Amino acid sequence: MTPTNLTRTIGQFRRVARDPLLLFVSVLTLASLLLFVVYPIASVVLQSLKPGDTYSLAAYAETLKSAYLRRAFYNSLMMSALTALVGTFLGFLFAFAVVRAKVPLGKFFNGIAIIPIVSPPFIGALAIIMLFGNNGLITWNLLKIQNFPIYGFNGLFLAQVVTFFPVAYMTLKGVLESMNPVLEDAALNLGGSRIKVFLKVTLPLAMPGIASSILLLFVETLADFGNPLILAGSKFPILSVQAYLQIVGMYDLPKGAAISVFLLAPSLIAFFLQRRIVGRKKYTTVTGKPQTSTGKIVSPGARTFLFIACLLVSLLIAVIYFSILLGALAKVWGYDHSLTLEHFKFVFGVGFKAVRDTLMIAGIATPIAGVFGMIIAFLVVRTKVPGKKLIGAMSILSFAVPGTVIGIGYILAFNHRPLALTGTLAILLLNFVFRYIPVGIESGTAILQQIDPSIEEAAVDLGADARRTFSKITLPMIVPAFFSGLVFAFVRAMTAVSAAIFLVSSRWNLMTVHIMSQVESGNLGAAAAYSVILVVIVALAIGLIRLLLKARYGRFGGAMLHF
Amino acid sequence: MSVRLVDVRKEFPDPEKSGGIMVAVKDMNLEIREGEFITLLGPSGCGKTTTLRMIAGFEIPSTGQIWINDEMVNDQPPNKRDTTMVFQSYAIFPHMSVEQNVGFGLELKGRPKSEINTEVAKVMEVMGITELGKRRPDQLSGGQQQRVALARAIVNKPRVLLFDEPLSNLDAKLRETMRVEIRRIQQSFGITSVYVTHDQDEAMTVSDRIVVMEKGLVMQVGSPFEIYSRPSCKFVADFIGKVNLFPVKTLSVGEDARAQDRRGVEVSAGSADPALKPGDDALLMVRPESLVLSKAGSVDQKNSVEWGSGRVIKSVYLGSVIEYELDAGYDKPLMAISYDPVNGEFFKDGDEVSFSFSQRAAHMLPLR
Ligand SMILES: Nc1ncnc2c1ncn2[C@@H]1O[C@H](COP(=O)(O)OP(=O)(O)O)[C@@H](O)[C@H]1O
Ligand SMILES: [Mg+2]
Repeated sequence: MTPTNLTRTIGQFRRVARDPLLLFVSVLTLASLLLFVVYPIASVVLQSLKPGDTYSLAAYAETLKSAYLRRAFYNSLMMSALTALVGTFLGFLFAFAVVRAKVPLGKFFNGIAIIPIVSPPFIGALAIIMLFGNNGLITWNLLKIQNFPIYGFNGLFLAQVVTFFPVAYMTLKGVLESMNPVLEDAALNLGGSRIKVFLKVTLPLAMPGIASSILLLFVETLADFGNPLILAGSKFPILSVQAYLQIVGMYDLPKGAAISVFLLAPSLIAFFLQRRIVGRKKYTTVTGKPQTSTGKIVSPGARTFLFIACLLVSLLIAVIYFSILLGALAKVWGYDHSLTLEHFKFVFGVGFKAVRDTLMIAGIATPIAGVFGMIIAFLVVRTKVPGKKLIGAMSILSFAVPGTVIGIGYILAFNHRPLALTGTLAILLLNFVFRYIPVGIESGTAILQQIDPSIEEAAVDLGADARRTFSKITLPMIVPAFFSGLVFAFVRAMTAVSAAIFLVSSRWNLMTVHIMSQVESGNLGAAAAYSVILVVIVALAIGLIRLLLKARYGRFGGAMLHF
Repeated sequence: MSVRLVDVRKEFPDPEKSGGIMVAVKDMNLEIREGEFITLLGPSGCGKTTTLRMIAGFEIPSTGQIWINDEMVNDQPPNKRDTTMVFQSYAIFPHMSVEQNVGFGLELKGRPKSEINTEVAKVMEVMGITELGKRRPDQLSGGQQQRVALARAIVNKPRVLLFDEPLSNLDAKLRETMRVEIRRIQQSFGITSVYVTHDQDEAMTVSDRIVVMEKGLVMQVGSPFEIYSRPSCKFVADFIGKVNLFPVKTLSVGEDARAQDRRGVEVSAGSADPALKPGDDALLMVRPESLVLSKAGSVDQKNSVEWGSGRVIKSVYLGSVIEYELDAGYDKPLMAISYDPVNGEFFKDGDEVSFSFSQRAAHMLPLR
């Protein structure tokens, strides 16, 4: 460090020390992120390196020796890569159809694509079993096929594409919308054929977005737990499920941890690659009027093709959700399809504690995560707190790390004094808070980068300290973004399963975990009923917040909610 | 209140070269007197904003000290300093009404409601925005936003008022009205003010003194008159308006400043930069409006020096004035402005002319 660097750093510390609250908040943030994000992940790595009393690579050797686990590693990577590619392709198709081709029913397709985002990630798997499984409506009832090979690659691939292509759609929709269509028109004007213009102008411009979407889907599919638990079956092992089985089934912590590290490494690599691509993009404030596409680039034939493709995919999604609803109302799926409210009675009776617990945990954890996320976004974007880069990096980590790894980390890290938390409500709450902080950070950062920093400087200049600047100036300006971030976090919390499945106990359980165990015990009706109620709760929450924002902030507030 | 900058230097990490640094302000020394209106003037990127932000407390000097009155304020954060800034973007709080914006500083100081209301009303009256009190910022025009920003700053009666290019977002007409307004307000409140601009006309109109900066360095500090007619170097002469520079050799300095031009002709100058010594190579500066043109061979000798002759290569008629460019055998064409074109003489492209200037209008400055 050069002398001027040193004096600068000292100066920074001295000034931060003059604003004790800022210092306190940043130290507290740093400490809690270390304890509840970094420490659990580190515990997994440590555990994998310490199978006995001494450090060794034995757990890794054992994992690699097993042909079955080697296959799990291969399967996971292959499945994630394929889902990423096909899902991004479908997402691009959808986005291009809606944004550029302006096919009829665009709003409807947009709505259909959003459904999987706001519902539990394993609903696809549940529906696929109901449609194509041993008692499946299509395979068994209609076609009379027994033991249709839906478990394994086929079913899982279908479920994951349906679950994750909407993520690609949302990403690419944003990319295409921000692309100036005048460029395409200009290229057409210069005499390029439509297909040439698409290949030489549209596609290259969208390429960073496509790459980012592929990586994002890869990370999400790799981390997915619900779909493979239901659909992978024993012949098609998947890493996240194997880690879970090692720990919950065999009580082999070191091996479970070693498998987790194999899951963690590719996730982190893909995640940081994705960040780099996104990071290169320049942030610009929203100015001027949005450019609307003339849609000249799409020929009538292509538009028809896109329309039919979207229609087919939408139909598939509609069938999936409809079958869940049917399943919740059918007496015994596959045998007796007479309507009944029995399954709902079960959920509202014996099973209602899980509904209450889930609501309470998501309801408590998400606002805390949201506020915490906003504070971190403020610290990182707007202040000169030393260590803010570290805060940003650590808090984003829980986005990159698969839920399974985090869940295992939590049971490893918090099962002994002074933080013996396993089996408590606290461990679930902490896990949810720290898992959904990044949602708050993302939306906070995005909006802060659009707000002229001199507005906050003006407040400081007039005598406001960090607390009052944040509460009187920053917060009111970012409230709409805050709530849309909050809804998203709430949806994620309501539908989370991969980390939570390690942390539930007989006293505190979650709807998602109940659904998984009902599926496992073949009770599809109850699982479907739980799922319907879950989707209804989420939809109500979204509608409610949207209404509140609209009432409070007018059309602008409503628009802040992207779904 | 006085503001003093002692050897103030500001370095930033170089955005192009990782690990490298770039110096935005180089060892600046400046004393701003109580009640004075001082302007930092220079091209974009010369370090004006950085200097201002160091006085406000948004940037910490890498080395050196900033004093406000007899207090060293380097470690004081902006909210503890009695300085208030008017931002280039106005930085009006978008979620507050005009009144709430203006009253924000007093509210933070915990003043009673009634007092805030009176103070706010008084300042809004002075600024001519009384009827805008209940408006939201997005319902204001650029000029109104500017007035709100100014009202919000002065209602706090800060010891030092800081302006960062406050008029750059306004159209030309409004800019001229507002700069007069700003000067009027500053004088009626007597607040020490530091004003940043890259517009020399603006600087000339509002300032008691101007600080001309380039590449982080202070090139000259002086009254508008000194900066314009006694520039200390070629950069300042060039930056403040148009200029003709003739290479000369210094013969004597001080009261009786004289020089010899490249033809060996001797000329007196009204002033010479104190850095010059007899024998130095120097530049003789004459502003275009001091260059008098006449038909070749008919110079009025009274008080003027016949300096040479040339040919008109360009003339631009601007209504109130005509701007000429002459080819007189120098590296660059000479520039002349002739006022009152209706009564005066007209020259066309290609006309041969003589030019002269009064000795008082000439100034000698160092070659560097
Ligand atoms: N926060 C910063 N980080 C890095 N460089 C900066 C920063 N602020 C200003 N600079 C650089 O310092 C120089 C002076 O900037 P500034 O004071 O804004 O100039 P001016 O206001 O005179 O146009 C410029 O080269 C600018 O790029
Ligand atoms: Mg500037």
